Amino acid sequence: MHPVPCRVRSVVRELDDTFTLDLEPPSDGWSFVPGQFTMLYAFGVGEVPISISGDPGDPTRLVQTIRAVGPVSDALTSVAVGDVVGVRGPFGTAWPMELAEGRDLIIMTGGIGLAPLRPAILHTLEHRDRYNNVTLLYGARSPGDLLFAEQLQQWRGRFDLEVLITVDHADRTWRGPVGVVTSLIGRASFDPETAVAMVCGPEIMMRFTIQELERAGMTEDRLFVSMERNMKCGIGLCGHCQLGKFFVCKDGPVLSCAAMTGACWTREV
Amino acid sequence: MSEVFDLLVEHPFFKGMSAEQVRVVADTGTPVSYREGQTIFSEGGHADACWLLLGGDIALELQTPGHGPQVMQTLHAGEILGWAWMFPPYRWHFDAHVHSDTEAIRFDGPRLRDAAEADPVLGFELMKRFTRILVDRMQSIRIQLLDVYSTPR
Amino acid sequence: MSEPLVIDRQGVDALIAVLIDRGYEVVGPTVRGQTILYDTITSTEDLPVGIRDRQEAGSYRLEERGDDALFGYVVGPQSFKKYLTPPGTVFWKGLRTEDGFETVEADPPPRHAFFGARPCEVAAMRVQDDVYLPVGDGVYTERRERSFTVAVNCTEPAATCFCASLGTGPAVSDGYDIALTEVLSGEHHFFLAEAGTDIGEDVLADLSARPAHDEEVVGARRLVVHASDHMGRSLETDGLQELLSANLANSIWNEIGNRCLTCTNCTMVCPTCFCSTVEDRQALDGSSAERVRTWDSCFTLDFSYIHGGPVRSSPGARYRQWITHKLSTWQDQFGSFGCVGCGRCITWCPVGIDITQEAAAVRERDIRKVAVGIPSVKEVLE
Repeated sequence: MHPVPCRVRSVVRELDDTFTLDLEPPSDGWSFVPGQFTMLYAFGVGEVPISISGDPGDPTRLVQTIRAVGPVSDALTSVAVGDVVGVRGPFGTAWPMELAEGRDLIIMTGGIGLAPLRPAILHTLEHRDRYNNVTLLYGARSPGDLLFAEQLQQWRGRFDLEVLITVDHADRTWRGPVGVVTSLIGRASFDPETAVAMVCGPEIMMRFTIQELERAGMTEDRLFVSMERNMKCGIGLCGHCQLGKFFVCKDGPVLSCAAMTGACWTREV
Repeated sequence: MSEVFDLLVEHPFFKGMSAEQVRVVADTGTPVSYREGQTIFSEGGHADACWLLLGGDIALELQTPGHGPQVMQTLHAGEILGWAWMFPPYRWHFDAHVHSDTEAIRFDGPRLRDAAEADPVLGFELMKRFTRILVDRMQSIRIQLLDVYSTPR
Repeated sequence: MSEPLVIDRQGVDALIAVLIDRGYEVVGPTVRGQTILYDTITSTEDLPVGIRDRQEAGSYRLEERGDDALFGYVVGPQSFKKYLTPPGTVFWKGLRTEDGFETVEADPPPRHAFFGARPCEVAAMRVQDDVYLPVGDGVYTERRERSFTVAVNCTEPAATCFCASLGTGPAVSDGYDIALTEVLSGEHHFFLAEAGTDIGEDVLADLSARPAHDEEVVGARRLVVHASDHMGRSLETDGLQELLSANLANSIWNEIGNRCLTCTNCTMVCPTCFCSTVEDRQALDGSSAERVRTWDSCFTLDFSYIHGGPVRSSPGARYRQWITHKLSTWQDQFGSFGCVGCGRCITWCPVGIDITQEAAAVRERDIRKVAVGIPSVKEVLE
């Protein structure tokens, strides 16, 4: 339960309240798989779960994207280059990168939900030959709230990745689609009989997305979501993150909709 | 006319309708094209048509004082533009602004209504399809209203 | 293990003395402010001699028994989890350094002998073992491995007891070093002492105890069997796991929620509840910080808080979380019930919400049964 002090190499302000930290990894040979998170510790303030948003193929960097929503994340987003933050982990389950091999892959995400999916996208691009059509459907609040905007622009320029972006609110200067992220499903090319979908965003957005993907012909066993619950320990011990029978910190955060057996449809579970 | 029919009979929106029903609908349709920057209809105007978009992008906009046009939703190839032709008093609720050059089939609203009144079976087939559009847009607007991506504090 | 021995009260005192002599801090039941709590004891004088507890939903009273029984009561509000995962345990200390910060290990814990542990208590420790030991929780593991358990079989269950339903009592079956059974009838007052482990046997060997006669063993066993037939409450466990997982949408939860004060008492007194939180205590000058683990409860609003608000805001959802965890999802997670039938949550609930009654009420109003229970027109006509 001891955090490893890790030095901050760089801090990038992504949005008004969202920052990406590039940290020295806790140890040589440290690695993670797409979908995992760490517990980040701000000295004397506390610890919060933060998803890893970096490249799983680059073990020399621990990249984490944090939105300031409370005292600990405020402290973590106020660090300067050279400061030290505590790291425990990585914890949790991975996106089903292997299951998706040889299939079409739909990555649907909203808001800051793009951060935990970026490692999956980077992994896919590094091993592009293993996957059929890969489509990123991303919804944001407004054109100014697009996370990783530069990288999105780069990805849009690729021929082997379809990137569709929509926003909830825009004026005429935004040339792209306006509407919820599910409105993009009809424009993605995928075989609903075999495709795998990875979904991350606010819970309401995920529920809405699951329904729409099922309507498009996909089945629960190929729909994966990253759930958010109050994670305190990361090892299934403190009890806070329980979602039905799952400890989201160790049985999740990535869960298949089939495994959840409707838990996400029941109120206040 | 057969060109429109050939397009419609293959189109997912009309899937499940008989060839004869599609022919009746196709009879009311005309191929049209719009240039980027054009306004197809304006809020408050008489709603006398709907469009099946074949290519291009349309923005549904609301004019807001001080902020200019705000885009509520965009529509793209394969989608239907316009449902106000179905319900009195037949007035448009938004502006339809052409975001990029657009190809479409324009259906005549009054003739569609007449056809639906004359053949309730056809009318119900059309009603099912347009209701689906209304439900989808209402669900979308609900989620947009929740502003789920904002930072809660 | 060797045959059962017989000791008297002096023998029990000798047992406590041997444990102290071997370096254990002996903790057991003792009267504190009209309640039996666990605290350090040094002789049988510290035990609640001749005391009985009267327990009912929302009620707990001590009274004189009129005899010299050492164990004439059942369980009080505390369990031995207060020693195994003490609230306020410092996980580690952090010191600010030139270079950032470094962490320092906490001090090693004392060795406890849990004296007078009821079978449900012993079962609860084994339930907690399955939670803490596999993940290698240092605080628990170290304390647990260094501990010694003197169990006491139950002969007079309380009105709130239902261990027989869960197979966790009234006889201790496993997980003890020494088990005692108190026999008090007329002139006879003795304790049957049995070892459960080698170290238990070793400790017993230090006492001057004689082997028990057959009739003494039979008599003691009979008292425990009698207790089994006189449980104050019962819990139907057949199909319970599925019952609760299928009834998340039952309207009963809101009704219980209307009574529940979300005071957290049930979780604090529960010997298996393990939920905890860790907070930082920082020195005023910022030079050091401690990570301190305290008990937490699924009944607090804060418990399920994610940015924006709690996941379980209604009391009904929080009660549902608690009871489904105890009696259903615990099975999925650890392969056992998270309930040992000790009845504490019933006694210490200020409004008397009773886990056995509520489980029965859900069974009564099973939404699956109600759904399929509506007869078809054909059935009615026939």
